[in-house]
Order: sequence, then structure tokens, then C-alpha cells
Amino acid sequence: MEVLDNKITKFREGLAKTNLSFREESLKYAEDTLTELDFPTTRVERWKYTRVAKIANTQFSSRKDVVKQLNLPIQDAYTVVLVNGYFDKELSSKNLPEGVEISATSQSANNLLGKVATIKNEVFTALNTLYATDGVSLRIKAKTIVDKPIQLVHVITGENTIATVRNVLVSERFSEAEVVQVFLSENANASFTNNVSEIIVEEGAKLVLDKLQNESESNFHYSNECVQQASNSNFKINTITLNGGLVRNDLTIDVDGENCETHLNGAYILKGKQHVDNHTVVNHLKPNCHSNEMYKGVMDDQSTGVFNGRILVSKDSQKIEAYQSNGNVLLSDSASINSKPELEIYADNVKCSHGSTTGQLDDEAIYYLRTRGISEKSAKALMVTAFISDVTKRMDNDKVVEYVHNQLHDRFGWDF
Amino acid sequence: MGYTEEELAEDLKNQEYKYGFTTDIESDDAPKGLNEDIIRLISKKKEEPEWMLEYRLNAYRIWLTMEEPIWAHVSFEKPNYQDIIFYSAPKQNQKAKTWEDVDPELKETMNKLGISLEEQKRLQGVAVDFVMDSVSVATSFKEKLKELGIIFCSFSDAVKEHPDLIQKYMSSVVPVTDNYYAALNSAVFSDGTFCYIPKGVRCPMELSTYFRMNKSGTGQFERTLVVADEGAYCSYLEGCTAPQRDENQLHAAVVELIAMDNAEIKYSTVQNWYPGDKNGKGGVYNLVTKRGLCEKGAKISWTQVETGSAVTWKYPSCILKGDNSVGEFYSVAVTNNFQQADTGTKMVHIGKNTKSTIISKGISAGKSQNSYRGLVQIHKNADNARNFSQCDSLLMTDECGAHTFPYIECKNSTAKIEHEATTSKIGEDQIFYCLQRGISEEKAIGLIVNGYCKEVLNKLPMEFAAEAQKLLAVSLENSVG
Repeated sequence: MEVLDNKITKFREGLAKTNLSFREESLKYAEDTLTELDFPTTRVERWKYTRVAKIANTQFSSRKDVVKQLNLPIQDAYTVVLVNGYFDKELSSKNLPEGVEISATSQSANNLLGKVATIKNEVFTALNTLYATDGVSLRIKAKTIVDKPIQLVHVITGENTIATVRNVLVSERFSEAEVVQVFLSENANASFTNNVSEIIVEEGAKLVLDKLQNESESNFHYSNECVQQASNSNFKINTITLNGGLVRNDLTIDVDGENCETHLNGAYILKGKQHVDNHTVVNHLKPNCHSNEMYKGVMDDQSTGVFNGRILVSKDSQKIEAYQSNGNVLLSDSASINSKPELEIYADNVKCSHGSTTGQLDDEAIYYLRTRGISEKSAKALMVTAFISDVTKRMDNDKVVEYVHNQLHDRFGWDF
Repeated sequence: MGYTEEELAEDLKNQEYKYGFTTDIESDDAPKGLNEDIIRLISKKKEEPEWMLEYRLNAYRIWLTMEEPIWAHVSFEKPNYQDIIFYSAPKQNQKAKTWEDVDPELKETMNKLGISLEEQKRLQGVAVDFVMDSVSVATSFKEKLKELGIIFCSFSDAVKEHPDLIQKYMSSVVPVTDNYYAALNSAVFSDGTFCYIPKGVRCPMELSTYFRMNKSGTGQFERTLVVADEGAYCSYLEGCTAPQRDENQLHAAVVELIAMDNAEIKYSTVQNWYPGDKNGKGGVYNLVTKRGLCEKGAKISWTQVETGSAVTWKYPSCILKGDNSVGEFYSVAVTNNFQQADTGTKMVHIGKNTKSTIISKGISAGKSQNSYRGLVQIHKNADNARNFSQCDSLLMTDECGAHTFPYIECKNSTAKIEHEATTSKIGEDQIFYCLQRGISEEKAIGLIVNGYCKEVLNKLPMEFAAEAQKLLAVSLENSVG
């Protein structure tokens, strides 16, 4: 059993309290959570498969830094750069189109902070609330259709750095936008990104969020996206974990309006000693909605994948169609996967299903390819890429998909 | 007008427990409560050897240090363990040797249940060990089984007559420390069934036990141990019906199966403890630990039809330790009114080429909550392990809930695991199709439910399948044609 006795008090010592305009009750709730709870052990159901001792035992500090050049997925985009959780004006776009407001969370009088991310008993989110240095506040004005993607770049640098980022994204009524959120590391080692986003998709709005995690293997990452969807809205999130040592993604979507569409796609491609944990919750609170979730993972070497997807259909949320699928491929005997797809249904007139598979590459298919003169390595790469492309096919932006493919090529030698 | 869903829901609500009656037999009770003295008393009453008492006391001391599990998707008032009578035996001057000697009133009870031994005798091939409030009353066919070297007797007899076997196998699959209820059972278990099939013997008949709780305020803590030696085969049936009581009764059983190399055990359960009335008052808490161990090439198959109990907490599991072993789990769980069920299975793949199949069908009606919770665990050395799981839920009303919580843990890259689950109600198009062909709505629902459960019901032994269908019909009265 892990003993993490009061690590949290020590963890907090080196950090400065947030300057963001949280409401008093949000701060109090976070403070209470941290007084009451320590870092989660694997005895806590939500953290059953993920050990956070390494994070708990590291003394992190917050520091400002500058970076010179970045390899970004999209060149032609409205870009915002944050380094170690601080807004970088130099690298960020100066000209924004009409109807799009982007500012540092610290600069905007934001009364939404802490209103959406009300996740209970979550230590890392509470830490984020109390110690957030900055973040992005994005507002797409009503009926605005943004012509180019908005690219939010988070860079972490240095050793034992902590970046505590708090974002608020609002898609106002009948707006349409695509946001690409990229996480990168530059010469970082044993650094920790704690990123919480509060996302509101208003009536009739459409928002696509591509989340690309590409920090190096020696870093830690905690992400929590809390989403609220109003009626007739359409929200899609693509969570692609390309790299990162210990990665945990919490994604909670409250579908609180009728006739909504929700898409959750995810891919995690791991090797070495990587550990990636995806926890998703789709909360159907109103009738006549549709949600579709697909997560796929490939685990090599000694890596570990965790998938926990939960679909909750509340009482009276009739005529919900909710689908969830999780596919996993293990490439090595030391790799492991823990999958827990859950359904919690309290309404009867629904169509819900989930499926989970774990397997390996089909020997016969590899044999077939080899008889056609394709090397074993290429044959395997071909099959893995085909497996992953089920997810990337569902993504809208070709540039983003290209970036994903290139990164996978560089890291694994696979061609798409 | 056809039979509407509202009418169905109304009928389901008014469906009362049919087996609610009390047999008026004088009981030999221990005082209420639980302490070491009570355990000594139980052990003394049962004339147990010293080692058994030590075992119980040890289990009791472990139990005291444990906490009740709270992770299941059920909520109920925790039983007050000081308010339970832990030992209750029907008073009889002497144990009946032949069927004719059995108390006529007990026979009457069994007749009401529709499981009369006479009938079973006529059917041939079913030996019944009838457990009424803890003490085995009559064991038929015992002699016949003896010829084959099969031991089939009450647990307390086995403790006296086969102490070596009991000491060797008891708690080898479900250790005392396993969980709160298993520890409690180990401390206070009153009776149960022991079964041993020698090497290479194929048990020629279905072995069967009917458990029945009778005395008000008693808990039933029975223990079943089935050992199939190398190459042996047996099919074991367990059925439960309990009479109507207002206060909640506790049922914490432990079942251990051991299948040695190439042995096969088929364990079937029809569970129909009192589910409480339509207002959710009363009912049995069914908190059971069932687990089987498979050695090389062995096979354990669990089949269950769960229609009763106010609260069900039950996960019949297979430890697939030996290479090429097979585990199966087939389940139908029906909940109505305020029943809560959290049931499923655990398949632990340790050996190479191990296979497991899970088919779970849940039906929720009334205001009930029905959850499937399962674990498929593939260990590092379990090369070529294979699992297929299917969990379907059917919702009958808009006030009930159906949930699925599968845990899939895989540490081997040659394993293949598939899990799928669906939740839906009976399709209007399906009903429409039947109506079109002149089948009434009531019959159509019955047809669909029957078809839905068929995969599982087919796995039950013939004698049991009829009863299971009867139970489904009773539980969802007027909806099964």
C-alpha cells in the first residue's frame, strides 16, 4: 500500500496562491478539499490504476521562462502561447478576428471561474483552483463563425517546473469554432502541467476541441476538461496523447439541453514506461440527445493504458442514444491495459451500448502482408496505423491529423 | 385495447410474493447477538471438533477488524449484527434416516414450494439435500451415491466424518480474510453441503440443495464446498425460496468449488429469496461469496437465475489457475419494485490458454436498480487467454435503472478480450410485429423476455429450467406468456 501521509501540505509549501478572480466559495471549496484529502492512492476508485506518488514526492516550483521557436501543428491559425502557465505576448497573435475575444485569464474579470469545474473530491483540480498562475480566456461571440482555428499552445520548460493553467472557453449562441490545444515541453524534466478548462457551449453553438498532448516522457500531466452543453449544441473533443510520462485526462461533459450532439474521440499511443489514464463522463441530463465515444490505444514496451468511460443517463432523459467503444492493442508482454466502460442508466427509452476489446495484431494479417513482400516491421506499422486511423478519421482538421501522423512517424517510425 | 405498458407496470407492482408462508416448527434458537460465546455455543451444539471451533474463533477475530464494503451500487441499512439469531435449528427428536421419517409439516412446506421430494424421486436422478434453517433435514440418494464413492452430505456431517477433506479444502478458495461477509460466514456458518467426487467419476445425477430460511429474525449462513477430483464431473443445483418476513433477513453464504485437473463442475442457482413487498419493505439481504478454482484443463460453469432478495451482492467467480482451463458465467437477474441487485462475475486468468465466457442478462422493472459488475483479469503469464463478455440490460419502466461496471485488466499481449453491453427497452417495433401477427401485447412481452433470457436458461439443467421459467413468470407476472 502506498503511504502518502500528508504529502499535500508539503507540496503546497513552494507554491504561491492564485491571483485569478475566483469566487470566494470556489476557493473555500478547494481549500476544504485539500484539508480533507491527501493525494489519491490506488484505493480510491477513480485512481485505482494510476499511482501519483511520483508527483506527490516531487517539490515543484513555478517559474517564468521564454521560448524561441516552436513546432506548431497549424501555421495559419490564431495562436496563443503560454509558457509554464504564464501568458506569452510575444509569441501570441496580435490580430484577432471580429467576434473572438482572447485574453489572459488573469486580465479578464471572469465570473465563470470555478462555476463549471465543480468536480467533487478531486485533489488536482482543487490544487489548480488555489494555485493557478494564469490561463486563456476565450469567448466566441454569438453567431460568429471563426474562419481559422484558434491554437492554444502550452509549453513547459526546465526541471521540476509546475505549470498550473486555468482556461475558460465560451462558445456563445450559434457560434462555430475550432480550438486546437497543444501541450509541448522544451528541455523539461520531471515537470508537471496541471491544466483545467471550463468550457461552455451555448445554445446552437458548435465547438471542436483538438487536444494534442506531446510533452516528453519524463513529465507529468493532469488535465481536466469540464464541459456544459446547452440545447441544440454540438461539441466534439479529440484527445490525442502522443507523448508524456504520466498523463491523466479527466473529461466531464454535462449535456444539459435537448437535441445535443456530443463526440468524444481519443487515441493514446504509448511506449517506454508511459502511463496514460483517460477518465471520461458523459452526463445526459436532458432528453433527445446523441453521444458517441471512441477511444483507441496502442501500448508497447512497459507502458500502461487506462480507460474509464462512463455514460450516465439521468431519470427522464428519454430518447438518448449513447454509444461508447474502447479498443486496445498490446504490442508487448510487459505492457498492460485497464479498461472500464460503464453505463449508468435511469431512463428506459434509450439506446445505449458500449464495447471494449483488447487484443493484438492478427498474425494471419501480418503473414498476408509479408507474402506480398512487405517487411514485418512495415506490416505491423501498417496495421497499427490502420487501427489508430479509426480515430483520426473522425477529426475534422487535416492539418492536425497530419501533425499527429508526423509525430507518430518520428516517434515510432510508422508511415500513414 | 391491448395490454399497455402502464397496466404491465401496475401488475408488476401488485405482484406479491407467492411463497410467503411460515412453517410452524419449534425451533432450537441461540440467543440474539454475536460474540465468542455464541460461536462456542454454535460449535458445541453442532458437536464440532476443537479445530473447527478454533477456525471459527479465528474468523470471528478477523471479522471484527474488517469493515463492510460500500462500493456496490446498492444502498441499504446495514444489519445490526447484535440483533440477529445466528443459530436456529428445527427441533427434531432424532434425525430422520429415511424419507418417511421426515416431519410431515416440513414435507408440506416443500410441497407448497412445488419441489416435493416425492416428485423429485419420481423424476429419478435428483438427489436433494434439503436445508431448512441451517440443519440438513433429509438427504436422499445418499446411499446410491455412496456406491460410486461420491460424498454428498451436510457440512456438519462432513466435519465429523471427513475432517481430513474439510481441513484440506475449506477456505482454500475463499480465504477467511477474503471479505467482510465471508469472514462472518466462516465464524458463524450453521450448515451447508459438502460434496466430493472421486477421481474419474461422473456423477450420474444432478445434486441439489434447497435452502430455505424459516425462523423469523434468523440469518442464514450456509457453506457449500464442492470438490471434483481429477477427471470427475458433477452438476450441482441450488435453489432458494424464503417465506415472507417484514424485517430484513441476512443471508451471507460462502460457496467454494474446486475442480482438479480435467474435472468439470456445473453449478446452477435459482435464487428467489423474499424480495420485500411492493413498497420496498422487508426482504432478504443476499450477500454471497462464490468462487471456483480450476486446475489444468478443468471447467467451472456458473449459471444463475436471480429473481429474489431485496439486496443482492453476489459475484460467482472463476480462478483459472491451470493451463487450458475454462470458466463460464451465465446469469439472468430480474429486479422489481424496490429490489437492488449488484451482481456479476470475476474471471481471473492465470494459466495459459484459459478461456472464459460471460453472458449476463438484466431485467429491471418497478423502481429497482440492477447492476452488472464484473472483472476480467489477464495475468502476465496467461498466454492466449480469451474472454468474451456480453451484458444486456432491459428496462421495463422509466423509474428503474440498469448499470454496467465491467473492469478489464490485461497484462498479456497475446490475450483477446471482448466486452459488449447494451441497454434498451423492448422495442415498439418488436411488439408491433407480434401484434400484427395476432399475438397479444402481454404474450409478446413474454415472448421477447423469454427469448432475451434463452441463452442463459438453456444452460440450466432440465429439471431446473422449468422452475426458472416459472420464477421469471412469477417475478414479471402477466408479462411472461
